[in-house]
Amino acid sequence: MTQKLVIIGNGMAPGRMLEHLFEQAPGAYEVTIFNAEPRVNYDRIMLSPVLSGEKTYEDIIIHGDAWYETHGVTLHRGDRIVAIDRAKRTVTSQTGVVAAYDRLIIATGSNPFIIPVPGKDLKGVVAYRDLDDVSAMLAAAEMGGEAIVIGGGLLGLEAAAGLKARGMDVTVLHVMPSLMERQLDPAAGYLLQKALEDRGIKVICKANTKAILGNGKVEAIELDDGRIIPASIVVMAVGIRPNVQLAKDAGLAVNRGIVVDDGMTTSDGHIMALGECAEVGGQVYGLVAPLYEMARIAASHLAGDKSPAFVHSDTPTKLKVTGIDLYSLGDFAEGPDREEIVLRDATAGIYKRLVIKENRIIGTVLYGETADGAWFNDLKKKQTDISEMRDTLIFGQAYQGGAPLDPMAAVAALPDDAEICGCNGVCKGKITSTITTKGLTSLDEVRAHTKASASCGSCTGLVEQLMTLTLGDKYNPAAVTPMCTCTELGHDDVRRLIKAKGLKSIPAVMQELEWKTSCGCAKCRPALNYYLVCDWPDEYADDYQSRFINERVHANIQKDGTYSVVPRMWGGVTNAKELRAIADVVDKFQIPMVKVTGGQRIDLLGVEKEDLPAVWADLGEAGFISGQAYAKGLRTVKTCVGSDWCRFGTQDSTGLGIRIEKFMWGSWTPAKLKLAVSGCPRNCAEATCKDIGVICVDSGFEIHFAGAAGLDIKGTDVLGLVKTEDEALEVIVALTQMYREQARYLERIYKWAKRVGHDEIRKQILENTERRKAYYDRFVFSQKFAQVDPWSERVSGKDKHEFKPMASVGYGEAAE
Amino acid sequence: MNWKAIGHIDDIPLRGARCVKTPGMNIAVFRTSENEVFAIENRCPHKAGPLSEGIVHGKSVTCPLHNWVISLESGMAQGADEGEVRTFELRNDNGTLSILLDHPMMVAAE
Repeated sequence: MTQKLVIIGNGMAPGRMLEHLFEQAPGAYEVTIFNAEPRVNYDRIMLSPVLSGEKTYEDIIIHGDAWYETHGVTLHRGDRIVAIDRAKRTVTSQTGVVAAYDRLIIATGSNPFIIPVPGKDLKGVVAYRDLDDVSAMLAAAEMGGEAIVIGGGLLGLEAAAGLKARGMDVTVLHVMPSLMERQLDPAAGYLLQKALEDRGIKVICKANTKAILGNGKVEAIELDDGRIIPASIVVMAVGIRPNVQLAKDAGLAVNRGIVVDDGMTTSDGHIMALGECAEVGGQVYGLVAPLYEMARIAASHLAGDKSPAFVHSDTPTKLKVTGIDLYSLGDFAEGPDREEIVLRDATAGIYKRLVIKENRIIGTVLYGETADGAWFNDLKKKQTDISEMRDTLIFGQAYQGGAPLDPMAAVAALPDDAEICGCNGVCKGKITSTITTKGLTSLDEVRAHTKASASCGSCTGLVEQLMTLTLGDKYNPAAVTPMCTCTELGHDDVRRLIKAKGLKSIPAVMQELEWKTSCGCAKCRPALNYYLVCDWPDEYADDYQSRFINERVHANIQKDGTYSVVPRMWGGVTNAKELRAIADVVDKFQIPMVKVTGGQRIDLLGVEKEDLPAVWADLGEAGFISGQAYAKGLRTVKTCVGSDWCRFGTQDSTGLGIRIEKFMWGSWTPAKLKLAVSGCPRNCAEATCKDIGVICVDSGFEIHFAGAAGLDIKGTDVLGLVKTEDEALEVIVALTQMYREQARYLERIYKWAKRVGHDEIRKQILENTERRKAYYDRFVFSQKFAQVDPWSERVSGKDKHEFKPMASVGYGEAAE
Repeated sequence: MNWKAIGHIDDIPLRGARCVKTPGMNIAVFRTSENEVFAIENRCPHKAGPLSEGIVHGKSVTCPLHNWVISLESGMAQGADEGEVRTFELRNDNGTLSILLDHPMMVAAE
């Protein structure tokens, strides 16, 4: 019989609990969730990457709307539970919803601790717990200026790094003498402080906040020693308190947290608690691994298997600040019965310390190089006697047994029960066996089936190595193909980081994203140049030396080093004057070949490079501009004659084609962009194999997209039907801008659309009018800088050096 | 052998190239991002592409026709491709560039 399960709170712990429950006992419970936050379940560990701009909210959603629907879960968003009636077994929300339960789970998490100083309620004082806090910080960062983070622990430092990445001037105030003192010894704390200071973050330790100053909103902080530090935002990250009020009011047993047994049941047999609000074995937890363990145990008990019990284990701590590698685990206080092994390499910024008791590792601190964390953790967990390898222990697993191993061999050497994913408690054997039994071949599949690398992602490298070991050549980590050999980053990451970090030049990209070469290569430079042109149309100075020769000299290089010249012929329409001008140019420069192109215009082939400016000058006098037949940009808009001439034509397809071409010419796109407009469904302009096409019908304009007629052949899909020419233009322009902003360099529209999903594009361009307008406006803004005829510019003398030899030597001298 | 003045380093764009014509062959003169200059034959060993039109990166150039990468220092094709172009000595006197040409280069092929 179906029982009613009510959950208070929609964080990661109950979310994970439900996943287990639906797997073990599908259909056993009818689930209702009350969430005080107006959102679905998202990955709170990833708030820092959202703050720094490395990820978006959409990236960190764990359960989308569809998940709740699939599992029949009723989710009340933004509705806080205010009372539990244990006698009647009901809960009541602030909006008055009353829900009855057979089983109740309290997962109210924790509240940030706000230090009780004057001014703590001023506008601009925020905590760092949820997405609203992040939004407040982002809003402050947009204004720029100074930020103060109170608290030099894990969360505080991630907040500081995020605000710094957003361009703020950040000071961290920490009350203790060294940073992260609960996880790091003072030596590692010092290295960390230095690394942060090198990034321009100010750190003040032993800092006691006396008051937060400001009139209505934060203006500064006053310290005990009288120092006053200005700030427009203050982030409090000094700790958390389990959120137990509701449980207390209901009369449940509460200490620091809600007291539960090792099966997650509270003092009331119908009520369980899990997550940061629960206290088990006298401890409360804040890291994700034990919370997920609670979720696993609670689900099992709900499903009827009461055997699993929660057992305390140490969880490694990692700091998620890009470029700072830090790992800490267990107990590392000094003591008379303890020894330690320390390795320092100041130049490389490496510090490693193992704390040993009775020949067993009890604590580990790694800074600068953390690859061996999993191995040390394994030795600690298993209480391995390390006396045999004592001399080389600190150098890590690779150095055991004499010769250094390669990283792959090190992973191969790990035992099956070695923990790979700390967040989700997944061991090596589970990953390799799941890969084999389920036939998994991609990282996403492994994440979905095992949860390994699905939370903070810091073990992704290890998981990928395991996939390579298990699958051999069958595993192709294509999901993150690097742009080129100059970087490990893929195109999508680079595009995202350019925006997030506000990188506005190729050297800035290469510096900030740690390019491995001094000035890139012929693959990455044109891509970066395009991304920067697209993202910062008004600020970025186009780097011609990073463009392929065709886009540098505005003509198409041919196999013999001559060029072809294609003037624009709007919509494929021309006249006697234009044709006469072309004929004259052909005669004057003895152009060997004249050819009609597939895009309804005329190609002049075999022009010498030195003649190009003169050819353009003559064409320009007849009114021609560059056809950009060489560009990763708007090429042609093919048309048929439409309703002006054709007895079948339904609309003025020629006119619309010309209008579109005149609006869009000059724009750079990830790959070439070819359009067509047909005046009726007979489709004489072949619009249904174009990047974007229009089929005119009696009732309006059918917009098509994502066709291909090159290496691949593919008919277009219909984006939608619009009634007027104006709407058709707006939709086409918005679609083009979305493609410009999202696609990878050299990726044609049909490949991009396949990746993003045709429905998603339809949603953003057709259904969401605000989005469409925003895309449209950004395109229009960008055109202000792009619509300059490159030919006339060069006729007027720009880039003269491109078309002339530097020198001619040896001519006219007598041979001796 | 003869040193011939060909112009000033500023005539060449940074990470770019210019062409020097001689009766014997065209020579591409490169300027790297580090302000070093190199001269090699302007003809890819693969299909004779004009190397001076390629993208310059590090001390290499990528041919515009089929993406062969040629070392500016040695004239050797890089990676899996095999081939070589002629290199020429350059002199840089405070920005004024001269190239060392041997006798046959100075004579037009007749």
